[in-house]
Amino acid sequence: MMSTELLIAFLASTAGAATPLVVASMGELVTERSGVLNLGLEGMMLMGAVVGFGVTLGTGSMTIGLLAAAAAGMLMSLIFGFLVLTLQTNQVATGLALTLFGIGASAFIGQGFVGQTVAPMPHLHFPLLSELPFIGPLLFRFDAMVYASVALVLLIGWLLARTRLGLIIRAVGESPHSAHAIGFPVIGLRYGTVLFGGALAGLGGAYLSLALTPMWVEGMTAGRGWIALAQVVFATWKPRGVLVGAYLFGGVTVLQFHGQGMGLAIPSEFLSMLPYLATIVVLVIICRNPQTILLNKPMSLGQNFKPD
Amino acid sequence: MSRLERRPAPSRRMMMASPLIAALAMLATGSLLFFFIGQQPLHAFYVYFIKPWTTLYSVGELLLKATPLILCGVGLAIGFRANVNNIGADGQLTIGAICAGAVALTFDEVQAWWVLPLMLLAGAVGGMLWAAIPALLRTRFNTSEILVSLMLVYVAYHLLSYLVHGPMRDPAGFNFPQSKMFSESATLPLLVEGLRVNAAFILSLLAAGAAWFFCKHTFAGYRMQVSGMAPAAALYAGFSEPRNVWLAFMVSGALAGVAGVGEVAGPLGQLQPSVSPGYGFAAIIVAYVGRLHPLGVVLSAVLMSLLYIGGETAQIELQTPSAITGIFQGLLLFYLLAADLFIHYRIKPHKRGAYA
Repeated sequence: MMSTELLIAFLASTAGAATPLVVASMGELVTERSGVLNLGLEGMMLMGAVVGFGVTLGTGSMTIGLLAAAAAGMLMSLIFGFLVLTLQTNQVATGLALTLFGIGASAFIGQGFVGQTVAPMPHLHFPLLSELPFIGPLLFRFDAMVYASVALVLLIGWLLARTRLGLIIRAVGESPHSAHAIGFPVIGLRYGTVLFGGALAGLGGAYLSLALTPMWVEGMTAGRGWIALAQVVFATWKPRGVLVGAYLFGGVTVLQFHGQGMGLAIPSEFLSMLPYLATIVVLVIICRNPQTILLNKPMSLGQNFKPD
Repeated sequence: MSRLERRPAPSRRMMMASPLIAALAMLATGSLLFFFIGQQPLHAFYVYFIKPWTTLYSVGELLLKATPLILCGVGLAIGFRANVNNIGADGQLTIGAICAGAVALTFDEVQAWWVLPLMLLAGAVGGMLWAAIPALLRTRFNTSEILVSLMLVYVAYHLLSYLVHGPMRDPAGFNFPQSKMFSESATLPLLVEGLRVNAAFILSLLAAGAAWFFCKHTFAGYRMQVSGMAPAAALYAGFSEPRNVWLAFMVSGALAGVAGVGEVAGPLGQLQPSVSPGYGFAAIIVAYVGRLHPLGVVLSAVLMSLLYIGGETAQIELQTPSAITGIFQGLLLFYLLAADLFIHYRIKPHKRGAYA
């Protein structure tokens, strides 16, 4: 049987594993809602992870490290944006190129950081609340990013649904031609959402190398960028769905660390496969009904728009 | 000022030239990068890009590394032509290697000619089965083949890791996570004594030739090309999309599987925790740089192989980090995509007042 402490530890570490997925997926969600599919998420997260770690190591300040990671993600997404939005290259091929480039470039930048470590992101302590039994460790002892990521979901949900800017982003994603005809700067706006997506991907990556496992390891995202991409589909492009999906996947991911303690007699390699297999299973469940996708997917997703 | 003007028809000349422009731009950026990491650019350039051609042995290495890239690249190119994006070739390669390894270890005591063909068959079937999953899910459940094929890469990696740490580990191997070395009859014959390039290279050329014939001279190949270039026309003509998806995944899965056999029955000689340094991903770049044309793929695979071998040579001689290879690979594809702009557009010089 599972002890209460074990259950609490499992649930608490779920939040840690979910947070990078929430952050990166939310960025991609905004990008996709404007009609741009950036498959370079994995590469941008890796660059965020390596730059965030390196800058924190060099300056001793995690805040500067996180800012640098966001900047690195943005720089990567700027390459993507320039190719796709200005030069009108194929979005799928360009996104793949960005991921492959990010894998190489992050390994190149990070070679000096291997084997080093930084103090992990501090956990917050709320007077009284953090001391509560059960509820304390489950809700009030996380690092700031965990809370910030939940706030981010609410904020983006509000922004997309209730503000003029959100309406314009959605209009551009549904029909860039109409949006252009009314006079909205489609390309400029898409640059904005692509850069926003890059910044969040960088932050999501940095969370891996600064909080989850405070070190740099080559290719440490291990497909999380792709899982984050899949998550936008699971969520049917809705912010709240991303939160639910990310916490489910966080749980599946940390199973491998707690599996032995829970008495699961399964080789660790099979537990490590679970997040990837779960992604496939959920994709099938969501996509099985073509209507679900058709109704929710931004109409112009993946298609370039050339104003003239 | 000058501005871009749409060409009346796509430029064929530019289509050929753009990979060359991309390669040159990559070489130029590479020299700049060497400069920034404190190398003498010309010398580093020589070591990285020229030296691998100067000895017979290293040319053999170039062809050896080009082999899995050709096999995977040719298969992927057939799919990309029809807008079927298999990006999980590295997983299919890994499963192919596992299946071939299972055959080799089962018939370890047997010295017979049929072991090797059986391994190739097992590898091809293994790769096809692994590729059948994204094909089935896309055609049956409408799921993105990009995401599914990629997820399965990680599943394959973990499966291989489990096998070499457990059931397939060499019992007399001091607990190292690797299988027993394959027997003589489970190892691919070398093409030239003293070089490591083996018979799989010939197979890869045959595959490229067969793919060329398929694309150019068969109706199925034509259907796939139409589906890629004009999906609406393909739909109107009644070309079946599921059939294209299946065909693309079966061909690319089988070829990637064979590439896996080529690694474990070739330079590795056993199953190891990792059997590919990302050949399946590099092959995506190979396919695009080769203009999705089987013969172009052969050339671009050699270029990509040069990036690997040059990286190793430079690492030994100049102590440059091996990760440079990955940067070059990414840059090459960026430049190609950018240069492709000029297939459809040309620069129109702005006319001054006197001409107006």
